[in-house]
Amino acid sequence: MAAATPLALFVLLLLGPGGWCLADPQRDSLREELVITPLPSGDVAATFQFRTRWDSELQREGVSHYRLFPKALGQLISKYSLRELHLSFTQGFWRTRYWGPPFLQAPSGAELWVWFQDTVTDVDKSWKELSNVLSGIFCASLNFIDSTNTVTPTASFKPLGLANDTDHYFLRYAVLPREVVCTENLTPWKKLLPCSSKAGLSVLLKADRLFHTSYHSQAVHIRPVCRNARCTSISWELRQTLSVVFDAFITGQGKKDWSLFRMFSRTLTEPCPLASESRVYVDITNYNQDNETLEVNPPPTTTYQDVILGTRKTYAIYDLLDTAIINNSRNLNIQLKWKRPPENGYIHYQPAQDRLQPHLLEMLIQLPANSVTKVSIQFERALLKWTEYTPDPNHGFYISPSVLSALVPSMVAAKPVDWEESPLFSSLFPVSDGSNYFVRLYTEPLLVNLPTPDFSMPYNVICLTCTVVAVCYGSFYNLLTRTFHIEEPRTGGLAKRLANLIRRIRGVPPL
Amino acid sequence: MAAAGAAATDLEVVRGKRAALFFAAVAILLGLPLWWKTTETYRASLPYSQISGLNALQLRLMVPVTVVFTRESVPLDDQEKLPFTVVHEREIPLKYKMKIKCRFQKAYRRALDYEEEALSSGSVQEAEAMLDEPQEQAEGSLTVYVISEHSSLLPQDRMSYIGPKRTAVVRGMMHREAFNIIGRRIVQVAQAMSLTEDVLAAALADHLPEDKWSAEKRRPLKSSLGYEITFSLLNPDPKSHDVHWDIEGAVRRYVQPFLNALSAAGNFSVDSQILYYAMLGVNPRFDSASSSYYLDMHNLPHVINPVESRLGSSAASLYPVLNFLLYVPELAHSPLYIQDKDGAPVATNAFHSPRWGGIMVYNVDSKAYNASALPVRVEVDMVRVMEVFLAQLRLLFGIAQPQVPPKCLLSGPKSEGLMTWELDRLLWARSVENLATATTTLTSLAQLLGKISNIVIKDDVASEVYRAVAAIQKSAEELASGHLASAFVASQEAVTSSERAFFDPSLLHLLYFPDDQKFAIYIPLFLPMAVPILLSLVKIFLETRKSWKKPEKTD
Repeated sequence: MAAATPLALFVLLLLGPGGWCLADPQRDSLREELVITPLPSGDVAATFQFRTRWDSELQREGVSHYRLFPKALGQLISKYSLRELHLSFTQGFWRTRYWGPPFLQAPSGAELWVWFQDTVTDVDKSWKELSNVLSGIFCASLNFIDSTNTVTPTASFKPLGLANDTDHYFLRYAVLPREVVCTENLTPWKKLLPCSSKAGLSVLLKADRLFHTSYHSQAVHIRPVCRNARCTSISWELRQTLSVVFDAFITGQGKKDWSLFRMFSRTLTEPCPLASESRVYVDITNYNQDNETLEVNPPPTTTYQDVILGTRKTYAIYDLLDTAIINNSRNLNIQLKWKRPPENGYIHYQPAQDRLQPHLLEMLIQLPANSVTKVSIQFERALLKWTEYTPDPNHGFYISPSVLSALVPSMVAAKPVDWEESPLFSSLFPVSDGSNYFVRLYTEPLLVNLPTPDFSMPYNVICLTCTVVAVCYGSFYNLLTRTFHIEEPRTGGLAKRLANLIRRIRGVPPL
Repeated sequence: MAAAGAAATDLEVVRGKRAALFFAAVAILLGLPLWWKTTETYRASLPYSQISGLNALQLRLMVPVTVVFTRESVPLDDQEKLPFTVVHEREIPLKYKMKIKCRFQKAYRRALDYEEEALSSGSVQEAEAMLDEPQEQAEGSLTVYVISEHSSLLPQDRMSYIGPKRTAVVRGMMHREAFNIIGRRIVQVAQAMSLTEDVLAAALADHLPEDKWSAEKRRPLKSSLGYEITFSLLNPDPKSHDVHWDIEGAVRRYVQPFLNALSAAGNFSVDSQILYYAMLGVNPRFDSASSSYYLDMHNLPHVINPVESRLGSSAASLYPVLNFLLYVPELAHSPLYIQDKDGAPVATNAFHSPRWGGIMVYNVDSKAYNASALPVRVEVDMVRVMEVFLAQLRLLFGIAQPQVPPKCLLSGPKSEGLMTWELDRLLWARSVENLATATTTLTSLAQLLGKISNIVIKDDVASEVYRAVAAIQKSAEELASGHLASAFVASQEAVTSSERAFFDPSLLHLLYFPDDQKFAIYIPLFLPMAVPILLSLVKIFLETRKSWKKPEKTD
């Protein structure tokens, strides 16, 4: 509710023209970078890095004018006297066996480790407050960090930036493995970028695609670095990184080819005008497996070769600040195609939908002679809704058998026979020629034991309580309040009564 | 033998009865209180009667006014009566449960030698400079100098003068009723410099019933221990505009002196940021006549929300934030002007939103586009910007223009842009507002605790409540004795303590256990215990009644 009030200006006497200091060279800079790596498994990894460097002593009091460096984080550094802050949110797990080594791995969930300045007196209090504030900034449950999940490592987690001393008393480390990373964590992360998500590489950061991936890790790293080669003063560096691994089968319909548009549903349109460097690197190292070759489009202007993580790699470089790259087609959609000798394999996979349709995996493979082929499928055990359990849930759940259909080459060439004439048992499956025959085999069904909850637990507890109370208390009560006396044996049968009658007549005491 | 057996049985029956009665007694006398005690919610005692007493609190705001008479200001026989003290008390009519009374305690005395000398100097400014030095006046107090009727200190058509500090000058007269007439003038001047109804009404705007003025009155920020001021430069089009502003210099030169003057009212922190690609929420209309774009007045409310999501919350403190945005419109929408109700462009090209901050649109000089290729380098003229932002800052802090009595000369502002008595007026208003807030908080807390019986009241919550009550009482006393500074501090403490008590998380611990669920838990324990006891009690009762009736029958 803005009441627009035209201002009646009163004269402020002092507002004389002050001497304008000439524009000093910018004290902060931004570099952005995207590395796209086709992984050995056929998936594609994309790693964004946005690096903001600020030549300023944030710890000094009074410095509070922000340009590229986000104000929210800058205030944190000065208020809590941080030396380093590393925060990551990760969904999924980096599978080194299939994907190779990562640039920067992070544990599933949320991880936070912080080095405080040695001027901080009560580190635990600052740590608690800091995690609460970060929880607000990133919309995450970091406020659940407390002394029960905080540790102070003494050997690992050395400062990554400039550090004079490493007294581990000022280090705190916590992981929240349960933290679920979602859009609400990405939005505040994007807001910290100077170009927001309006220009430059950050245009590609569209939440619905980034979370439709096998691995998603976003991180914020703040550390002091040397301002110049001689390290006479320090600068602050903020690195925002985001790594995602796209499942090639989902985004590429079973092919390993990819393009920016197919992965992010966006293309690059303009560079961020604030960035001093804005590049896309595409890993075009030829692994030379299966005689595959790859082709990137548009052709890169330059390439870059280096040894990264122990292997020699070649990268194609697209510099967005190079006007020719975007101006030619108004947008940049990098594509990579694999060219390979044709092979007669076929894989069809239809993923299941919960309670609607099952998984379907079909593979057409040609088996070499005398070989063993193993097809294994991983699955996770999950809890069903409690009404979906069968009356005997501990029996387990069946998974239908797999089917193997094969055309087996025949040992003996059979002569073609008339299909109508031949015996019925030999003509169930139509076979086109006599050199092979058709077989369909089924495997055993699989009985899977799903975790079953203890349905009767609340009932048991109530029953047990009631029984114990009733038995102990009731018998005790009865014992104390009832009167017990020996029952006189009642006058016996008819014979005894008759006998007593006679005895009374006789004047003899009764029995 | 049979008799002995019967007697033994009788004995047993009596013993059984006694045991049953004993069981019942233990269950009722020991078990029930024990259960009650162990499941009871801990509720520390609170000063309920004092809290309800706060509602009927009478606030007396005492303004000590020293009135100094120079030699020829009043007739001689009147001068003989000096010094003496007059109290002028007046109730401030507000639709509020607290009665607020305003007292001007006027201490009349003769001028000292140096004061005579100063007031006989040529101009008011000189006189002020000379009067200033020897004494330091307490917050909230005022000094009024009465000068002779024909003194040339003031222009001839002016009857009074309000200085930038806590002093004022009033022209005297040679008249039989001189004291009365001068006294009235003094009260007028003193009211303008300290407490008026609209200042208090604005301070209590949240606690008063809605009226048509309330929107205007609710402009100032609520009272708080501190404030954060954020200047943001919005550059939605960094491809065309390379905007630079010397915010550090501007803050140092213009904002900081103002805030230093205000520092008694709270802690201030200032920061600034530049936001790129931050758009306004509305598309401006094109005006073909002037080939410019404009924002209608009724569009302005929609401007703020989309921008606000980019501003970012202040991470480092909990104080309220005042935002001042400088918006450099994108090339496609410039120049951009703000239109008022009548469709005329607003001279300052700025507007403010109550309790939020202000926005100013800064158009790039169109000549700049011709000279060079995009992006155009823009140097912001900070003098122009800060003039607007400081004026908005004053409005948002509720430092309104005073109601000057007729024929009164108002001095120009001091170099900080804030007069000392304006600060005092702010402190009066803030103290009253704090007291009202704290009282409301405590009253609602007491009501809430009375209504919901299973809220835990811990000792520390109780001590905060006691502290708040004591601070309110202390503040009211200090206000009544005219010690503004300590009254303000006490009122802040009252607000802090009362809110800390109200928002203490321990109040919520047991709130979510409704009674029916509690009994569902207890029934498996209570039922097997209660049934035998009740049954045997019923049996004993029936038997006793039978044995009472029997003797009657035999009789």
